[in-house]
Amino acid sequence: MLNRQGRPSASGDAGAVDHPTFTGNRALQVEEALIFEIGRHEVTGVDIDEPKDFKSKLGALERTGDIGLPGLSEPETMRHFVRLSQKNYGIDTGLFPLGSCTMKHNPRLNEKMARLPGIGDIHPLQPLSTVPGAIELIGELGRWLCELTGMPAVAMTPKAGAHGELCGMMAIKAAIEARGEKRSIVLVPESAHGTNPATAALIGYQVVSVPAREDGTVDPEEVKKRLSPDVAAIMLTNPNTCGLFERDVVAIADAVHAAGAFFYADGANFNAIVGKVRPGDLGVDAMHINLHKTFSTPHGGGGPGAGPVVLSKALAPFAPVPFVVVEDGNARLVENTSDAGDAQPLGRMCAFHGQMGMYIRAMSYMLSHGTDGMRQASEDAVLNANYIRASLTDLMSLPFGNRACMHEALFDDTWLDGTGVTTLDFAKAMIDEGYHPMTMYFPLVVHGAMLIEPTESESKASLDLFIAALRDLALSAKRGETDRFSGAPYHAPRRRLDETRAARSPILKWTPPKPVQEAAE
Amino acid sequence: MRYLPLTPDDRGEMLARIGVKDIDALFADVPNDKLLAKAPDLPRHKSEIEVERALGRLAVKNIAASSVPFFVGAGAYKHHIPATVDHLIQRSEFLTSYTPYQPEIAQGTLQYLFEFQTQVAALTGMDVANASMYDGSTGASEAVLMAHRVTKRRKALISGNLHPHYRETIETVSRFADDEVVVSTARGNDLAAQIDNTVSCVVVQNPDVFGEVRDLTALAEKVHAAGALLIVVVTEAISFGLVKPPGEMGADIVVAEGQSIGVPLQFGGPYVGLFATRTKFLRQMPGRLAGETVDAEGKRGFVLTLSTREQHIRREKATSNICTNSGLCVLAFTIHMTLLGQTGLNRLARVNHANAIALADALGMVPGVKVLNDTYFNEFTIRVPGDGADVVEKLADMGILGGVPASRLYPGNADMKDLIIVASTEVNTDDDRAAYAAALKEVL
Repeated sequence: MLNRQGRPSASGDAGAVDHPTFTGNRALQVEEALIFEIGRHEVTGVDIDEPKDFKSKLGALERTGDIGLPGLSEPETMRHFVRLSQKNYGIDTGLFPLGSCTMKHNPRLNEKMARLPGIGDIHPLQPLSTVPGAIELIGELGRWLCELTGMPAVAMTPKAGAHGELCGMMAIKAAIEARGEKRSIVLVPESAHGTNPATAALIGYQVVSVPAREDGTVDPEEVKKRLSPDVAAIMLTNPNTCGLFERDVVAIADAVHAAGAFFYADGANFNAIVGKVRPGDLGVDAMHINLHKTFSTPHGGGGPGAGPVVLSKALAPFAPVPFVVVEDGNARLVENTSDAGDAQPLGRMCAFHGQMGMYIRAMSYMLSHGTDGMRQASEDAVLNANYIRASLTDLMSLPFGNRACMHEALFDDTWLDGTGVTTLDFAKAMIDEGYHPMTMYFPLVVHGAMLIEPTESESKASLDLFIAALRDLALSAKRGETDRFSGAPYHAPRRRLDETRAARSPILKWTPPKPVQEAAE
Repeated sequence: MRYLPLTPDDRGEMLARIGVKDIDALFADVPNDKLLAKAPDLPRHKSEIEVERALGRLAVKNIAASSVPFFVGAGAYKHHIPATVDHLIQRSEFLTSYTPYQPEIAQGTLQYLFEFQTQVAALTGMDVANASMYDGSTGASEAVLMAHRVTKRRKALISGNLHPHYRETIETVSRFADDEVVVSTARGNDLAAQIDNTVSCVVVQNPDVFGEVRDLTALAEKVHAAGALLIVVVTEAISFGLVKPPGEMGADIVVAEGQSIGVPLQFGGPYVGLFATRTKFLRQMPGRLAGETVDAEGKRGFVLTLSTREQHIRREKATSNICTNSGLCVLAFTIHMTLLGQTGLNRLARVNHANAIALADALGMVPGVKVLNDTYFNEFTIRVPGDGADVVEKLADMGILGGVPASRLYPGNADMKDLIIVASTEVNTDDDRAAYAAALKEVL
């Protein structure tokens, strides 16, 4: 094993003598029970006075009986959740190279801004005259997104990337219907995120897949073969999920447009090209932007996200309500279809105005970086990914040859052939080295895929240590040291978990243990 | 640029290792004429001081709920959030973690998701809950799609007393999915008469958007007799502490907005959708699920499970396209709910109810004002002489945020013009109520 100086450290023998403890705890690593096992029904950690002379206006509909929810005092609650947090890996813990997920630094300034009373503590339905700053903010963020993407319009309300996809594809369907046509097919490359085909299917489209060519990108000829008057759109991720820029994107866009169809771009990887290329210049008609990925809002264990969708001129009229209109520098909120003027909103995507809490975080991040910083961030993200590729290519195998990648480097498992080590084993061994594993088995088109995205947040020193650790693991695998892998992780709060058992007989909530008497019967 | 760790020297060394002469060599696949020669026309980077100043200037233009007597509800509610909640959700390991794809180092997230699922099932009176939806309204549209999958029917019947934003969200998704949505008249009672064996589900809200609380038991029987599902929407999660839960009234799917428990108003989002159903419908459920299992040493642990319903495996055959959930809002909910416990929740609910009654009594004394509800929890509807939107605006000018004019939710509906939906929670004081009643008297 190598230490921070790149020198071997003292024996990292995983088979150190085990001294079982009475509690099952290991010093700072504590076994934490469920709140239902440590709480009590009469306990509450919030001081609330009993209402005086309580009477009910609920008819006969008062809840009676035990809800089944114990409470904890404030110190117990604090300790429970702090201990749980210690069983989690986050970007503040270390490098989080999840390809396609984009785990970059989450500045705390963004959190501070989101908690300003005039932002965090305003109601979506209080009089509009009392929230001009909020409406202005939505308008300003929209302007930045349009400028960065080279698109004329934006729909702000979608609540996450997949919700944005839904919005964009609905706008396309609405535009096609508005010109009196009906089209039933959507083309989706095999390498696309699963949300793409799921979204298309959700709104009634038949999904036809497009294979990738040898170099991992989409061939415009393959697209042309599948185009017909029945094709509504293509959904293309660019840079794609193999970490490559679709170099024929303009030809693909032209072919799609010539067939009367639309070009939906999955913006999941927009962070690689912000300030370098504008999707609007490539012929994109609609693209969602994962604010949390590209502009850094916390992922919080899987959300909340935000998925504004930029729209071409042809799709702009169909943006859902509510939306903000900026005229002569004044921002105004259009809440209802009936107030939309010439526009033909496709409807409403959610209650209220979208993810304000995420807008402010993204805006804070964008202002901090500025146009120069965002461009530099994209370049650094791409530089970091290529640095990893170049530093590992002698040991690990690249599915599409040794060519420049964008913000993520994709390896396959060919190099593990005959070692007895799988991609999963390798990933779990990374945990023991203190790293979150890379994205595994995705994209599906690559066997044993390992997709590594360092992002721009990592320093050269951090990358060098990561590379050294991966090299050590790779050499160990090649030497046939399978124990290091098949039993991994050895040092995580949990050893490998039985996912098959969880799916076969699902236990999805805590239930009180049966009394001893009953259990014996 | 404080967020970028690479120095110019680092960049030079790294380019050398890669074997290219400059950064644009790495962008070689981008068509040359599309590569921007310089950064887009937006401001340059700002210091922390400058960002705070710029965003602070926008923030102070808005009136914060805590700064005035505040009675606005209709789907989002001003509640007190214990300091512990916000502190804990900002723990780095929660805040900056991703979807728990590697369960061995995500037990913190997975365990609270499991705790959340248990809490939601208990609150709603249902068998199983998922690990959250984006919010209540999108959860409601997912519930309707789920009912269509379960019953193989494509017509939803929606109560006119469902929050109109929820109804519109359902209508949008359903229309694009080529499903049919029929809306039963607002404030009418003829919902049951329209149920037949072409209906997949009936969607009702309880308490409804006007605050009325209803017994849904008889409706549930009619729905079930027709082979359809009853979907019950709850926008005020605190009501679970005092109102008979939907699960005890025969609901098949319960969808709720969880914002009231631990999540700030934030102008409408991010919020957290609660979604619960019966065990028999489990495999048709959308969204993520955390499940219990054991590790290689036999210790209890948690994983994401039943992912064969999900889009990353099933692609176009998935139950939904929803991918991430509202993880951090789930955490806030779970912590606040843990602090409350059922004792605290019930007490909080009773304080809300008592405050609403006190407010209704005070407003009902104002000449010309009539409280329309027979029953309510913490929200009710008043009729005022004249235009409700004007009244709310005038109240705002006097520093009172007095509720939501029904015309804002039902635009163009003449019957709604003189109605105001008013909410009262534990944050309201006697002084707030007195100020509201006095101001209302003055503006009428």
